[in-house]
Amino acid sequence: MAGGRTAGGSVSASLLETRGLCRNFGALAAARDINFRLEAGARHALIGPNGAGKTTFVNLLTGVIQPTSGTVLLKGRDITGVVQAERVKLGIARTFQINRLFRRLSVLENVYVAVAERVGAAPSMLRPAGKRRDVVEESMHLLEILKMTDDASRRVSELSYGRQRLVELAIALGLRPEVLLLDEPAAGVPSAESHIILDAIDGLPRHIGVLIIDHDMDVVFRFAERITVMVSGSVFASGSPGEIAADPDVRAVYLGGAGHA
Amino acid sequence: MTPPAPGVAVHPAALALARRHRLRAWEPIPWILALAFYFAFPKHLGFGTEVLVTILFAISLDLVLGYAGIVTLGHAAFFGVGAYTVGILAKHGIWNEPVTGLLLAALVAAVVGLGSGLVLLRTQGLTLLMLTLCTMALLEEAANLGHAYTGGFDGLDSLPIAPLLGVLEFNPLYPTTQYLYVLAVLFLCFVLVRTVVYSPFGQSLRGIRENMLRMHAVGAPVRARLVTCYTLSAAIAGIAGGIWAQANAYVNLGTLGLDRAATVLIILVLGGHGRLYGAFVGAAAYMAISHFLSKIYPTAWQLGLGLLLVVIALFARNGILGLGEAAWRAVGRRGAA
Repeated sequence: MAGGRTAGGSVSASLLETRGLCRNFGALAAARDINFRLEAGARHALIGPNGAGKTTFVNLLTGVIQPTSGTVLLKGRDITGVVQAERVKLGIARTFQINRLFRRLSVLENVYVAVAERVGAAPSMLRPAGKRRDVVEESMHLLEILKMTDDASRRVSELSYGRQRLVELAIALGLRPEVLLLDEPAAGVPSAESHIILDAIDGLPRHIGVLIIDHDMDVVFRFAERITVMVSGSVFASGSPGEIAADPDVRAVYLGGAGHA
Repeated sequence: MTPPAPGVAVHPAALALARRHRLRAWEPIPWILALAFYFAFPKHLGFGTEVLVTILFAISLDLVLGYAGIVTLGHAAFFGVGAYTVGILAKHGIWNEPVTGLLLAALVAAVVGLGSGLVLLRTQGLTLLMLTLCTMALLEEAANLGHAYTGGFDGLDSLPIAPLLGVLEFNPLYPTTQYLYVLAVLFLCFVLVRTVVYSPFGQSLRGIRENMLRMHAVGAPVRARLVTCYTLSAAIAGIAGGIWAQANAYVNLGTLGLDRAATVLIILVLGGHGRLYGAFVGAAAYMAISHFLSKIYPTAWQLGLGLLLVVIALFARNGILGLGEAAWRAVGRRGAA
């Protein structure tokens, strides 16, 4: 499970890989023949104009939707048919573009829920939640890493949006992922607060393979060591930030367009 | 596991979570009041028994509605199943020992809860609401048609319930045994629900209530949790119904009716859902208010109740206890300033 680093397949197996991944919604091909690799410890960005299929791709990776054809591999193992909850247990976690938090619970409880689920404490009915000191302490420890201990007892709904984005991240980290998908982590955060998120992403443990899906070129070029550009459901280009920035085709369809840069 | 940094465990938030299941100083108050009622109002123990049963029923609803966020308008289905289990077994001379009778009522209600929950809890919101209502209506109609077993529209009366523990008679005119029996059962069920609510399982139910999609994304088996909670709640509602049948020595279609389901929902909203003690406050307030209003306006007292509900829904979404909590916080803030 999370934390274990067994190489499940051949030596060359990527952490996460898709082969010929397609998904149609009626006549619309939201994902076309996507071949993609995320390496262990990667800092990878997925960019593309609105409607390029980025969110569909994330949903295919996390098992929210099933592909029309193609396969998803985690460390060489075919997980195409594995449901969302099981993929989480295999080490794939994500954050959401729009906060999906437990708004009326405290920050600590938000993280507790995730950690309790990961360590298998959650089905326990007859023991007080607080007696699982391991879960409480690990949740506090995560908040400490994200410099959020001051907010631990506050309700999430009382926090600023930027701090709430950190709770998004804390919940995902509570799952101890090997693959972390960050869907526009700084979206909606006022610029005065955005450094909180950027610093937190900077500080993510190096062994986690991170895929950032974003429009914000500041975020992308600050973190990404590799960039994949999606257009109309297909992989349009892939390469180092330097290559992508210099690619005239990419500039034409995206970076130079009436875009979001 | 990463060793936590020293000092983290003694952070106030961690301590609050570690200690929140502990008994608070005021928690014995409702039980002391309930016992005091027994001695102070020996002539009103029938009314008192009715209130205690209603509290028990409301607690079962709080578990699904207040903690898991399952919106149901058909919770009387389980109350009625429990009541009819006790009634049919006693009337047909199969089983009339009260304590084991309650366990049977719980079991049958749990089976119905599990079966219907597996189907219903695939849906949410309005669909779920309608389906819970339909389930209850189907059971009510079944009880109406199964005249040979259920007594149909007339129900079953003069149920021969055996003395409690073999010695304490249930006297319908002087219900001292019933009152203490219901109080004891209420206490045991309350302790169970309180334990579950403060457990990691209860925490995950709150998570489902607050954001079901995120619970899927943290790998929780959401449907299984909901069905488990629904089944447990059905069992407790079944106990409430069973003990109601035992205390009154009769069962009728009203135990399965929308009236009962709606009243318990009103009680929970009035008292404050998701708060454990909302059931106590709501049941006491509801019964006192209806008693008071029906004396002043015998013909149109429900109008007053309706207006009160509108006010609660508009200005006090968390019920009477929610108002109390807000006032307590305001006092605390002023004290701190």
